[in-house]
Amino acid sequence: MRPLRAAPALTLALMLGPVLAGLAGTLAPALGVLPALGGHTLSLAPARALAAWPGLWQAVALSVGTGLAATILALVTVTLFAAGWTGTRAMALLERLLSPLLAVPHVAAALGLAFLIAPSGWIARALSPWATGWQRPPDLLILQDPLGLAMIAGLAAKEIPFLFLMTLAALPQAAPARRLTIARALGYGRTTGWLKAVFPAVYAQIRLPVYAVLAYSMSAVDVAIVLGPSTPPPLAVQVVRWMSDPDLSLRFQAAAGAILQLGLVLAVLALWRLGELAAARLGRRWAEGGARRLAEPLLRAAGLGLAALAAAAVILGLAGLALWSIAGFWGFPDALPDGIGLRSWARHGPALIAPARETLVLAALATALALALTLACLEAEHRFGLAPGSRSLWLLYLPLLVPQVAFLPGLQTLALSLGAGTGRGTVVLAHLVFVLPYVFLALSAPWRAWDPRHATVAAALGAGPGRIFRTVRLPMLLAPVLTAAAVGFAVSVGQYLPTLLPGGGRIRTLTTEAVALAAGGDRRIIGVTVLVQTVLVAAPFALALAAPRLVFRHRRGMRGAG
Amino acid sequence: MRLTASRLARACLPGLLTGLALPALAADPDPADWPAVLAEAKGQTVYWNAWGGAAATNDFIRWAANEVGDRYGVTIEHVKLADTADAVSRVLAEKTAGKDTGGAVDLVWINGANFAAMKEAGLLFGPWAGDLPNWRFVDTEGKPAVTADFTVPTEGFESPWAMAQVVFYHDTARLAEPPKTMPALLDWARAHPGRFTYPQPPDFLGTTFLKQALYELAPDPSVLQTPADEAGYDAVTAPLWAFLDDLTPHLWRQGRAYPQTGPQQLQLMADGEIDLAISFSPGEASTAIANGQLPDTVRTFVLEGGTIGNASFVAIPYNASAKAGAMVLANFLISPEAQAHAQDPDILGYGTVLAMDKLAPEDRARFEALDLGIATLSPAELGPALPEPHPYWATRIEADWTARYGTAR
Repeated sequence: MRPLRAAPALTLALMLGPVLAGLAGTLAPALGVLPALGGHTLSLAPARALAAWPGLWQAVALSVGTGLAATILALVTVTLFAAGWTGTRAMALLERLLSPLLAVPHVAAALGLAFLIAPSGWIARALSPWATGWQRPPDLLILQDPLGLAMIAGLAAKEIPFLFLMTLAALPQAAPARRLTIARALGYGRTTGWLKAVFPAVYAQIRLPVYAVLAYSMSAVDVAIVLGPSTPPPLAVQVVRWMSDPDLSLRFQAAAGAILQLGLVLAVLALWRLGELAAARLGRRWAEGGARRLAEPLLRAAGLGLAALAAAAVILGLAGLALWSIAGFWGFPDALPDGIGLRSWARHGPALIAPARETLVLAALATALALALTLACLEAEHRFGLAPGSRSLWLLYLPLLVPQVAFLPGLQTLALSLGAGTGRGTVVLAHLVFVLPYVFLALSAPWRAWDPRHATVAAALGAGPGRIFRTVRLPMLLAPVLTAAAVGFAVSVGQYLPTLLPGGGRIRTLTTEAVALAAGGDRRIIGVTVLVQTVLVAAPFALALAAPRLVFRHRRGMRGAG
Repeated sequence: MRLTASRLARACLPGLLTGLALPALAADPDPADWPAVLAEAKGQTVYWNAWGGAAATNDFIRWAANEVGDRYGVTIEHVKLADTADAVSRVLAEKTAGKDTGGAVDLVWINGANFAAMKEAGLLFGPWAGDLPNWRFVDTEGKPAVTADFTVPTEGFESPWAMAQVVFYHDTARLAEPPKTMPALLDWARAHPGRFTYPQPPDFLGTTFLKQALYELAPDPSVLQTPADEAGYDAVTAPLWAFLDDLTPHLWRQGRAYPQTGPQQLQLMADGEIDLAISFSPGEASTAIANGQLPDTVRTFVLEGGTIGNASFVAIPYNASAKAGAMVLANFLISPEAQAHAQDPDILGYGTVLAMDKLAPEDRARFEALDLGIATLSPAELGPALPEPHPYWATRIEADWTARYGTAR
């Protein structure tokens, strides 16, 4: 019983320790202290060097602008789609399509999208020359555009599946059917009624995931490098550039930039919170105004169109990369490659077996640990009546809100100082920092929503708390547990810096391989690697969906609960 | 910015120097006693940190790993990097944490600014390169770049394994007669807007394009071998900025976006977005044709008056775990067999660092038997290799380029 009581504290320590230590390790060089490079005294020189960089304000504006735009676009899409289409077959279909997309690595989605929309990309090829007259790709600034529009589209397309799944998980507790029935009975349109009656309850529950999306979109590096502008790039990309500059003295400036990035994220989160308050006031006035219908067909069409577009962009992008993996020479404006063969697979496939195995082992260990800790926390909360303050939830979210570049280098130094090796254990612990919040997020709502009267009945029949947990609660919640595990697995597979830095480059996963290979820009190899990676993540998702149906094939009420 | 940063570095230098005087640890292998090195290397695992962005190099490294494993019992693991700086960061983090033995990086593919930075910060083991048994084949007289990396003397802290020289490649199907001087390139770009670009500095290939232009446009290129004062810098670089001001509006995307790396630029060439491109590997076009990445109508050319040449090296960090094994691998890389393998355009197409007249006849025959590939120039066609300018110039023009074209729109 005692260890269980300690579970929440242990979990928080495992989350917060690395983040805070890592932040300290970044703050020190930002203030001029980095003994290995000769920085021994506090100074503002790094901050001054940062301020003197000519692209700073543009880079900051880009980070803020693209982050906000991508988050708003993703949120609006998910909300309109849920409002207009809950309970329809379109919804069921898109749910099936979107869930596995969560598994597609960000950089893969970005590379796929880039090949779709570039002036020499797949869409242009399909329309050339018969419709466009282009024999040569036109000189159009579609990718890397100064406003970051391509980057916003890429970020939103990748965040929509995540917010969508979070919304689906939150919906049952908002009792949408009841609210909507009443609204409809009062003569409200489907979308307007949902927005007025259901959305406020849903948003309250998906607020933290939205914040995570906002923080991620502002600090994304991999997507920005592929799709974003470069003259100058968003701040996070520039920080990574300085971190990897041969001129080691730029490390100080990079650290200062990382701290600025953290400040930006916090400031924009505060701004968003103010926006929430303003939206709530306006929304209340709008709800009380009593308008029954607001451009219903238009909003419904927009919801479906945007959601379908996001799914299509990611799926077609992946299909393009898949085709590249078997393509011979494929020049513009051919819609299909000259020849097709398995040469790239034969050449690069065997070298991916070892990294694939390592990826599986790491993800399995990190997910198992995260699941055990989450279950222990939730069970402790249930048994000891520890009401989780919203503050502790914030703490759990810290790893997702703090930009990775702001604390991972510091974390690496700390791990080395503690004598931690470059082995698998160190990497698993680093992955845990990112896997656990997502697992907790995916599991906590359904776990808390479980009807405690089941426990009361079981206790009345003589079962102890341990037995209730094992034989009643866990089986009943098998579907959400497996979904949480699949989400955690996907998060672990996608980690780049948290694998590279603690592993010292000695732990090779599919993602470290994919990012290194992407540096070479050869679409054939990227196609091979990304397909293997996607399959590796999609498989657990399929399993998580199928397992409850198999296990409970004789229990009608338990099927399809996930 | 860079100026402030370098002032910062100067302020930090005294601290760096105290860290430099590292006592040679008793456990370090002695490169002069080669049999002992071989004995110690047997059974070691060497983590070779090397850029992993090119399939051809990855395949070559895999081949070298197998050979060294079979012959010397040394296991080689290729740590594929997206950027060489990742390995530098790792060693730096280890030094920060006081981890002076048992480091994660055993051998790193390096040159230029990264080497200068690691050498200056005391992050390298050595000297050792001159003691390698195969060093006697290296063309130290004919190829000064093998002992002076971007004018920084290597002093045995790194061993060369490939020669590189700036070339340009063009698709003869779209551009039959490529421009062979910088002014001709400008005229051509004016007539064909949007069909030329270069990787965005500070990407090393983009910076190389700027240095190559500087060589041709500077009133007296010989001053590039040493740093300059402010007035000298302005005078030497003024023609370069005038040239770029004229060129930029006619670049791909009007210079509002640039490919981020050399390979991305190659992809633009493959997609038909641009008509000519710069490369630092004379065999790159042939290798890309063999891989189906470029059409077989692509050919290589060089500018009149010569192009910049340099060498790629391998270095061993001061705290590497398998120094003996790393030296065995470095020695294998400069063996005639490995060098001939690397020069084969079906494999890598890299130039050799060896002197043909130092080789035994049967080894020379390996090189003579090579078919260099349709898009590779012969050594005579490749023309003279100009020495890399002093790092001062690269640092300054990178910073100025960023201020002029990399941030303002």
